[in-house]
Amino acid sequence: MSDDARIAVRAAGVGKIFPAKAGDVVALTEVDLTVSAGEFVSLIGPSGCGKSTLLRLIADLDAATSGELEVFGKSAHQARIDQDYGIAFQQAGLLPWRTVAGNIELPLELHGMSRAARAARVAELAELVGLTDFVDRHPDQLSGGMQQRVAIARALAEQPRLLLMDEPFGALDEMTREYLQSELARIAADTGAAVVFVTHSIPEAVFLSDRVVVMSPRPGRITAILPTDLGERDEALRESPAYFERVTAVREALHGAPVERANER
Amino acid sequence: MTLDRTLRPGPAWVRVVAPIVVGVLILALWMLVVDVLRIAPRALPSPVAVVNEIVLHADIIGEDMAITATNALIGLAVGTIVAIVLAGLAAASRPIDGMLAPLVAAIAVIPIVAITPILNTMYGASSQFGRQSVAAIAAFVPIFVNVLRGLRQTDPVHRDLMRASAATGLQTFRALTLPAALPYLLTGLRIASSVAVIAALVAEYFGGPADGIGTAIATYAKSGRAALAFAYVAGGIAIGLALFLVTSLIERLVTRRTPV
Repeated sequence: MSDDARIAVRAAGVGKIFPAKAGDVVALTEVDLTVSAGEFVSLIGPSGCGKSTLLRLIADLDAATSGELEVFGKSAHQARIDQDYGIAFQQAGLLPWRTVAGNIELPLELHGMSRAARAARVAELAELVGLTDFVDRHPDQLSGGMQQRVAIARALAEQPRLLLMDEPFGALDEMTREYLQSELARIAADTGAAVVFVTHSIPEAVFLSDRVVVMSPRPGRITAILPTDLGERDEALRESPAYFERVTAVREALHGAPVERANER
Repeated sequence: MTLDRTLRPGPAWVRVVAPIVVGVLILALWMLVVDVLRIAPRALPSPVAVVNEIVLHADIIGEDMAITATNALIGLAVGTIVAIVLAGLAAASRPIDGMLAPLVAAIAVIPIVAITPILNTMYGASSQFGRQSVAAIAAFVPIFVNVLRGLRQTDPVHRDLMRASAATGLQTFRALTLPAALPYLLTGLRIASSVAVIAALVAEYFGGPADGIGTAIATYAKSGRAALAFAYVAGGIAIGLALFLVTSLIERLVTRRTPV
């Protein structure tokens, strides 16, 4: 495999400055990060640490002010034009006047796929996220968790090798959240896509990721990168000592010092 | 329509029967005052007399309705097209928005009726153009305001999504901006349809050709044929109601998301 295909995201010395009247705001500085193909990486940190900004730079929704950023060996801009990634946001961002099927097929429609091919792909994706019976519904008839599953299906529509997710489960209740985490772990494994996942939940980051990237604000930067080495993601994992150990490690990295009562949630 | 959903609707028959009951009560009161007690002023005819005139003069009322309705429709169409084009330009460019905003504000506060005699004189006594212009100006404002607001209704998350999907400007307009603006256009159209009819009708009070519903109402009211004047009023109501129903129906069909 060529280098380009094995490395999904490569950031070197990436910085982002937002100009403001009261002085420039340094949202991100000196970010070095490599995400391999098929790898699940979470970005975690307090508000203002630049985790969402970094994701937006990778997605080419904003442009980096400094440094080098490559997605599959191309510029972020080219990767966006080539549709190398799929993206999901905290708000599901479904178009309310389209049905579930209409929302899932939106990217396919924009890229000129034929109606018949779209229908087949939508059926496949609806099956994947367990919404086969709901394809004709409109978003306002779905629960928040179901809307988010539609958004994930839409992100997967073009079979991207990279999935970018900005706190997709942030607005959901704990039960739905854990359920969707397991679903996402399964989908990521099934599709073999690399995932960059922004969250501020430590257990969520640990449960899902191969590596957890800990970030810190003012200025936004990476302070630690922790591998999890947890193997298969299943419900038993949530109760395992190894999992709690990693949760503690991430928490300590976040707070910058050992936390005494580590088992406190 | 929102009211229907927030207020608990009663049984279906109540919603149909309730307004009919109100109508019958008003009619009964009207007949009581005019026909039974005979305490009404001379200018208020009996509803029976009004219906009688409607039946007797259906042909000429119909002709005048056609004149006024045509003026209102032409005004509505022209006003709508100009409003959509200008709102599109204003949404696309800040400087154009800055130029149009004070102009539209000025048009919105002009009592359109005030310029009607001028327009009628300007275009001569045989031209419907002045009346149509008044209807167009009146229809323009609600459409412009609503469409401009509608074109600005896209969510940031939806714009991000279109950008992330590498959509072109035209694709974004068709898949996102336009559908988001459509309900606003239709709301504007519903409001403008009533306004256009009122404007076209009132414009007839201030000169121009001697035809149309408004002219007839003024003429017959002055010459003491109150019942016929009221018959023409009914004709005016019919035009406004027809346009309102059609535009409401279109609005409902297009904005329907949940077939309940």
